[in-house]
Amino acid sequence: MSNIRTRNLNDQNLDELIALCPFNAIEKDAQSGLAINAGCRMCRICLKRKPDVFYLAEAAPAPRINKQEWQGLAVYVEQQDGCIHPVSLELIGKAREMAAKTGQQVFCLLACEKSADLPEQILAYGVDKVFVYERPELRHFRIEPFTAVFADFINRVKPSGVLVGGTSIGRSLAPRVAARFKTGLTADCTILDINASTDIDQIRPAYGGNIMAHIQTPNHRPQFATVRYKIFNAPEKTAPWGTVEFCRINAADLKSAIEVLEIRPKEKVRSVEDAEVIVVAGKGIKKEADLKMIYELSDALGAMTAGTRPLIEQGWFDPRLQIGLSGRTVKPALIITCGVSGSVQFAAGMQGADHIIAINNDPGAAIFSLAHYAIVGDLYQVVPSLLEKIRKGGALV
Amino acid sequence: MKILVCIKQVPDSTRVDIDPETMTLKRGGVDSKINPFDLFAIETAVKLKEKHNAQVCSISMGPPQTEAAIRETYMLGVDEGILLSDRNFAGADVLATAYALSQGILSTGLPDLIICGRQTTDGDTGQVGPEIAEFLNIPHVAYVRNIVSSDEKGMVLEMDMPETIEVVRINFPFLMTVEKGIFQPRLPSFKRRLASKDRPVRRLTLADMPDSQPENYGLKGSPTQVIRIFPPASPTTHEIWKDAPEVLADKIYSKLSELKFL
Repeated sequence: MSNIRTRNLNDQNLDELIALCPFNAIEKDAQSGLAINAGCRMCRICLKRKPDVFYLAEAAPAPRINKQEWQGLAVYVEQQDGCIHPVSLELIGKAREMAAKTGQQVFCLLACEKSADLPEQILAYGVDKVFVYERPELRHFRIEPFTAVFADFINRVKPSGVLVGGTSIGRSLAPRVAARFKTGLTADCTILDINASTDIDQIRPAYGGNIMAHIQTPNHRPQFATVRYKIFNAPEKTAPWGTVEFCRINAADLKSAIEVLEIRPKEKVRSVEDAEVIVVAGKGIKKEADLKMIYELSDALGAMTAGTRPLIEQGWFDPRLQIGLSGRTVKPALIITCGVSGSVQFAAGMQGADHIIAINNDPGAAIFSLAHYAIVGDLYQVVPSLLEKIRKGGALV
Repeated sequence: MKILVCIKQVPDSTRVDIDPETMTLKRGGVDSKINPFDLFAIETAVKLKEKHNAQVCSISMGPPQTEAAIRETYMLGVDEGILLSDRNFAGADVLATAYALSQGILSTGLPDLIICGRQTTDGDTGQVGPEIAEFLNIPHVAYVRNIVSSDEKGMVLEMDMPETIEVVRINFPFLMTVEKGIFQPRLPSFKRRLASKDRPVRRLTLADMPDSQPENYGLKGSPTQVIRIFPPASPTTHEIWKDAPEVLADKIYSKLSELKFL
């Protein structure tokens, strides 16, 4: 229930007050005059605009959990066919950073059919302990056995926070486990930090629009967060000091209603996440044929060409070439955006780039607030001119 | 066969600005629509209904005006709809939303199949579907991009993974989240609109839930708390170049050379 309350309603125009809420969550109420309905999303607009009327009721003190019982930061290490997904290493780096601040340990969970040398590989990134579950049932990802293993790990280790890669698997597994422990999950965090009471500051873009939300899970443990690939940096390898524990689990807990019939590779396209230089085409490209100059620019720079959501929806690009939160997150050395307006969804997928050059004819484009070099100009003139210069430059050398 | 589709009513536009003084959301219109990703879930359900003579029900949680979204699902071929609406449900995060929906589903009887879209366009988390499945203690399959076959017992599905396509067989009951592109959503039909004009939307409140403890719902039942919202940060290096196209091209060329990309 929303804890926004009303007072001093006597001299107020109720309709004006009702109109304050962008979510239509304020309604007339026979008893109290006004009431907040289920539409309330706690945006607090009403509190800011009419503080004399709307106020925040003191929440009843929630049952306090004993945070001392939940120690350490855990990382779910995702592996496929004996290869560790690089996002797991990035999360180990972030977990170590946070653990150092609070004097906690870093644990890893590895669930697989055969672990081989994976535990040693993980320890080389400076992890205190790797918990390994080796079972034939864990050969392919299926939700029930992996959730059971994850839950067993949490009951065994009682970590304060759990980081999971925002991959197809992580985004299916993390919510399931979080729900089992009736705890909070913050998806697709772009910034993580920790405070002295081991509460994790989780920051993520929200509202598909232009805002960032700072989220905490103050009264529940463990705190779950997922993070997309290439948001953080993998740590340097180090002389290992950690240990490995092989864990047992009952076969009965690993039953699944799902039978994997076949796994076939998709046709190989070079992954845009691995590109050093990326040229992105946005809505400013008027027709598909105009992509030719974008591809030419890519060729000149040895870059990959990618697109924004509208162009993917037009069918001009393979969906794997979509940059943005609902596509791929990239962290290239250089990204050049052509006719991209720069929604938060897009920005979240590329703001880690070392150099951002944005070409757009709208001086007010959101991308410009993010770009290191904001080029206010018509891409239909700037790009051909740039190509011309590159051709000439190449001829001169 | 009983199929349930979970839907959400979202703002018509995802454009959100922040008032720099009050640091709160600034939004113009109040228009809303069915979350576009849910249209694929609805279409999948209706396609299965046509094949298996199934009964399709839509469910949503939200303020009373969410009824409009449920009515819209009737125009797309859904047979009945349930709206969870209660002041106690307000301010729910992923966990509290999934819990309320799962309780609503339990109160009406577990269907054979639950279908969700891949994510919403406002929250963008894509995490509510798997949490509902957990609360209902049924398996789930995410990222479904194709139904290979379906019968009275279960389905064979193709999951869209980053590098691979996984084909799985799963028996009812289960929950799946579908990708856009699984089917082309149909347009609302005027004929169905007339036919469903008097069809009720079943309203459920906290009192109808098997668990009617208010502290498990809405803001109180939400482990995550939004501390604050703020506009995204701008980078430190920030140059704006306004010039004739040739001059701009020259400057970009020089910068690319300087940074050793050319």
